[in-house]
Amino acid sequence: MPKMPARGGARTLNDIRPGGRVRIRRHHSEGAVRQRLLDLGLMPNVVVTVVRSAPLNDPIELKLEASNITLRRREAITIEVTSEESES
Amino acid sequence: MSKRDGVLVALAGQQNAGKSTLFNVLTGARQHVANYPGVTVDKKHGQYGDDVGTVYTVDLPGTYSLTSFSLEERVAREFLLGDRPDVTVNVVDASNLRRSLHLTLQILEMELPSVLALNMMDVAEGRGIEIDQAQLAQRLQVPVVATVGRKGQGREALRQAIRGESARQAETPKPPPAPVDYGQLEPAIAQVQQRLAPVKAIADLPQRWLALELLEGDTQAVSILVERLGETAARPVREAVGALIDAFEQRQGIEISDYVVGCRDRAIERLLKGVVKGADAGRTTLTERVDRVVLNRWLAPGFLLLTVFAIYQVSIVWGYELTTYTWPFLAKGRELIAGVLPTADFLVDPYLRSLGLWLVDSANTLLNYVPIFLGVFACIAIVEDSGYMARIAFILDKILHRFGLHGQSTLPLILGGVFAGGCAVPGVMATKGIPDNRARMATIFTVPFMNCLAKVPLYTLLLGIFFVEHKSLMMFYISTMTIIFALLVAKLLTKTVLSGQETSPFVMELPHYHLPTFNGVARRALERTWQYIKKVGTVVLAVAVVVFVLLHFPGLPDERKAHFAQEAEAAIERFEQALAENPYRDLATGANLVPLVNYYTDYKRAKLTASGAAGSQRVTERFKERNAAFYPLVKRGGDRDARQAARALRKLAHERRALRKQMREERITHSVLGAIGRSMEPVTQFAGFDWKINIALLSSFAARESSVATLGVLFQQDDDENASLEERMGEATRESGATALLAVSMILFFALYPPCLATTIMVKVQTGSYKWMAFAIIFPTLLGLGVASAVYSIGNAVGATGIEAMSAVYWGAFVLLLIVGLLSDRKASRLLRQRFSPG
Ligand SMILES: Nc1nc2c(ncn2[C@@H]2O[C@H](COP(=O)(O)OP(=O)(O)OP(=O)(O)O)[C@@H](O)[C@H]2O)c(=O)[nH]1
Ligand SMILES: [Mg+2]
Repeated sequence: MPKMPARGGARTLNDIRPGGRVRIRRHHSEGAVRQRLLDLGLMPNVVVTVVRSAPLNDPIELKLEASNITLRRREAITIEVTSEESES
Repeated sequence: MSKRDGVLVALAGQQNAGKSTLFNVLTGARQHVANYPGVTVDKKHGQYGDDVGTVYTVDLPGTYSLTSFSLEERVAREFLLGDRPDVTVNVVDASNLRRSLHLTLQILEMELPSVLALNMMDVAEGRGIEIDQAQLAQRLQVPVVATVGRKGQGREALRQAIRGESARQAETPKPPPAPVDYGQLEPAIAQVQQRLAPVKAIADLPQRWLALELLEGDTQAVSILVERLGETAARPVREAVGALIDAFEQRQGIEISDYVVGCRDRAIERLLKGVVKGADAGRTTLTERVDRVVLNRWLAPGFLLLTVFAIYQVSIVWGYELTTYTWPFLAKGRELIAGVLPTADFLVDPYLRSLGLWLVDSANTLLNYVPIFLGVFACIAIVEDSGYMARIAFILDKILHRFGLHGQSTLPLILGGVFAGGCAVPGVMATKGIPDNRARMATIFTVPFMNCLAKVPLYTLLLGIFFVEHKSLMMFYISTMTIIFALLVAKLLTKTVLSGQETSPFVMELPHYHLPTFNGVARRALERTWQYIKKVGTVVLAVAVVVFVLLHFPGLPDERKAHFAQEAEAAIERFEQALAENPYRDLATGANLVPLVNYYTDYKRAKLTASGAAGSQRVTERFKERNAAFYPLVKRGGDRDARQAARALRKLAHERRALRKQMREERITHSVLGAIGRSMEPVTQFAGFDWKINIALLSSFAARESSVATLGVLFQQDDDENASLEERMGEATRESGATALLAVSMILFFALYPPCLATTIMVKVQTGSYKWMAFAIIFPTLLGLGVASAVYSIGNAVGATGIEAMSAVYWGAFVLLLIVGLLSDRKASRLLRQRFSPG
């Protein structure tokens, strides 16, 4: 699995192992990608669970409140997350 | 408000909410339905009547929201804005209300009179979700109807609500109050609205919505403004909006579009408080439990293979078995038609007869596939409807993406026949759902490389002639090289001609599993099969006629005709002499001669195709009945005179056959098509193709199926001959020095050959450009010819056998695939590491 540079120490969805639950902090993507992520419910402050990664490690599957969505790691890496407890 | 007669209704909603299903329920039309997001991409029209009048209904593509980022959203939004439907039916997934309402709020903000259809109520109930509909309707100020689209429940209530809402709208055309309070943004919205209010050019647009879109920086909203006001008048407005945006984002430290989504989400939370009960997110659903097994890292590939194998088994293997039961009906049909057509002459058949039989044969070859198609399409419908198709995309995205395709290319490739044989027409059609434009184009151009069912007969034919010993190995090569070539070509195209195309990410919902309904599956299988038959009925038959004409025109020169007539005369004379002393003489000569020879050939053919002793007995009965007097001359045994006459008759029939064959060959050589085929020889010789093969490949552009049919004619058998095409072609081609290497060259060319006519038309529809259509023809032709020539020439030079050449090509391509794949993987992970530095 590609490693995140430690700069700033911010974690992204890409770092979360299957089973991990995190809160979305903010998006670093833009335009259509960002809109699609928001539309599918990946809004700031929403809690998501990383369910699994595909057999070849990419893409990953996320569980939201009422739906499951899948996205590639290259998008996951643009979604900054914090621990589940911290509310902003 | 409406000046139309009747009412215009639009169905809008998020992807996979069941809009098309409800559209079908309302109108009784047959709209394509699948448990796969993004199936409907264009809008579809239909209508129904209720007790008041006609209701025109439009099924819009599914959109998660109404921005202008993606094509579907633009289609839906333009329709809602431009056509202003009298009522918008907002179809929402009741089991995922929270997310669905984001779109609902946007529709309300566009001030569209709407009805909320709470669809998938069965799923919601199954999950113990209770929805207080009255309360929801009260809070949203919109009528709410519960529906179960799949079972047709709620149709009347929905129709009534539509009627009621349009009537109410006609009386008091007042939009409902703004559904969302944007808090800190409200002053900015008010300011923009103030600026917009006096502008006449945009008076018909919902002002608050437009103000909000402008503040969100929506490009389309900006271009509407520019379009309506003109560049100069729009500039100050844009500048003012820009200043407001900057001020807001500075103050709040958040982008407006994120802020807006957040406000909507909070509004929805308030809206649903006390309305929805029992939405227990912690509970594991059945879908999750199934996915734990089916998408398990180690088991997933196994399940995928199993599914593919099952599809193959059901559709191809069982489908072929079914054809042994359906073929006799087609053969019977041919016989019936042959009986009606004018009878054959001694030397030449009347045009009506040969054209008629030609058409019947072409159609039969194709109709023979119908059971297989039904099987393939039913299987695919089951996979789509169950929700597994989306999982296939999930499993395969990594590989496909690496070669420039997309997880969602899976469906088109499967339809096109990657594993089991399919058809490129529905395959190219299905590329509509792929959100990434570059991957979509690459998919469109690679689907035709799949093993469409029509390629199979040619492969089988060639394997039967040249690779009897290596049949299964060749079969393996052929059925797996498609995907190797497709991936390599996709990579090549995305790196070159397609590199400028727009791309977008793979972000997709994995739908909940549904049990496919029998009706749904049967309906879709029939529909897609019907598409195929229509293609047979039109394109293929039309082309068959053209090929027929090109093969018969201009016909033999007169002196050759005279020559053959003379030969025929001589043969008949010899026959008559042989029978000079025979008591059967009068019966067998004169006006009876041609009918007798036809009778003889028909009888021989019938005997050969009859199965078993009983079948043979039936043939005997039939021919006795047809002409009791002729019968003694064709059957075995009989008295001395009859035996002698039968011998002479057999000889005559043989001579006739030889003459006809010679004539046909000369005719084809002289024909227009023959000339075209020969004129191509200088180029195709490097691939080893002579003019006959050229003709077959040319005609296969019309429809792949025709290649075997045309080869069949070129190596045509005579009526009483029953050698299979394999034997005939084998004989003829071996005579002309053909080798297994040539067969490999043909197979490779055929695998890479351009899409058939029908597919090309589909490519035009899907890419919307003749330029790309031309590309879809020219590129594969050059590629196919290049590869075939290289293999044939090099193979000849080094003296490789067919199987050696094929193995070399296959494994060479395979290694290339691995190299390309590994290289792009390293590049991808390097990019991933560099791209993002948060904080
Ligand atoms: N259980 C259940 N399934 C439904 C219901 N309505 C539709 N479906 C199924 O949901 C799936 C999606 O239906 P579609 O009608 O294709 O959805 P759509 O909104 O047109 O989807 P797109 O065109 O892709 O946006 C299909 O498998 C339907 O059979 C329902 O009320 N209950
Ligand atoms: Mg649809």
